Amino acid sequence: MPTVGPRSGDAIFANVERVNAELFTLTYGAIVRQLLTDLEEVEEVNKQLDQMGYNIGTRLIDEFLAKANISRCVDFKETAEMIAKVGFKMFLGVTASVTNWDIEGTCCSVVLEENPLVDFVELPDTCQGLYYCNVLCGVIRGALEMVSMKTEVTWVRDVLRGDDSYELQVKLLKQVPEEYPYKDDE
Amino acid sequence: MQFFGGSDVSPSPPAPTAAGHNANVMYMFNRNGVCLFYREWNRPLRTLNPQQDHKLMFGLLFSLKSLTAKMDPTSVDRGNLGVPQLPGQGCSFHSFRTNTYKLSFMESPSGIKIILVTDPRTGDLREALKYIYSLYVEYVAKNPLYDPGTPIRCDFFNTNLDQYVRSIS
Repeated sequence: MPTVGPRSGDAIFANVERVNAELFTLTYGAIVRQLLTDLEEVEEVNKQLDQMGYNIGTRLIDEFLAKANISRCVDFKETAEMIAKVGFKMFLGVTASVTNWDIEGTCCSVVLEENPLVDFVELPDTCQGLYYCNVLCGVIRGALEMVSMKTEVTWVRDVLRGDDSYELQVKLLKQVPEEYPYKDDE
Repeated sequence: MQFFGGSDVSPSPPAPTAAGHNANVMYMFNRNGVCLFYREWNRPLRTLNPQQDHKLMFGLLFSLKSLTAKMDPTSVDRGNLGVPQLPGQGCSFHSFRTNTYKLSFMESPSGIKIILVTDPRTGDLREALKYIYSLYVEYVAKNPLYDPGTPIRCDFFNTNLDQYVRSIS
């Protein structure tokens, strides 16, 4: 029986249910604003956004795998391509590209051409250390952890902080194979 | 309102079986061996208590996956037997058949394993298992009240699953 190949990000994006973009942007903005009010420290807010993203990512991975119909990626390069071409397109509708591979192939940059989270946003002087879109770092980290990859994801360039584009650095720390979970004496 | 309580996985009450019902039992495990879901539609003989039964099933699949990957004659890179594999790496078996039942298996790269035990004359159930996986995503993974890694107690998932399984037999 011929197996169905992986579906492209555009094809999936065309088939999912949509939500109003402004509603999405304003909801996210409300979350960040509330976190700033509750936590006051910009570093704490960054951590909290990352944690929220991590929780989202651990659930999102199953949806991604079910809709995109892909089997295991052969190496980290393919993983990064999947995230940029299929993942970002499918969930946010943005086109992303992968650049800046290091020699071992464990660290790369994902550059987003657009970012729906930051429409209408400007950072005031009181929030200069804030990574507004830190939730995206958490999402990628959480999702990859569920497929046995421990990674570190950080922002390299952020338009809200004065750079010219959105660039995430994704670094593979290690692959964690699954162990037999039961102890023999149980 | 959904209520989630209890940590023991007890068999759900058997759904009413129509004549010629095909699917007998279904299990779902996550990568840590937690039995997320167990459902039986037609199981005349139970030899072990539920916990032991789940552990046995998980252990069987874990070993079978490892064995089939190591015995693959087409693959170049095979670790030694017993070396843990990444989920999805190497080939993976998808069913085995005995003279009384057929067991179909699917594992996602995120470690979610779905097992369906059916009549031995059943055909290839890989597409059906993929559909069940998408039902899981729709009604369980997306449910904010569901805590990942705990047994599934979602009515929507149960009813949709019953409907689907009944429709394929």
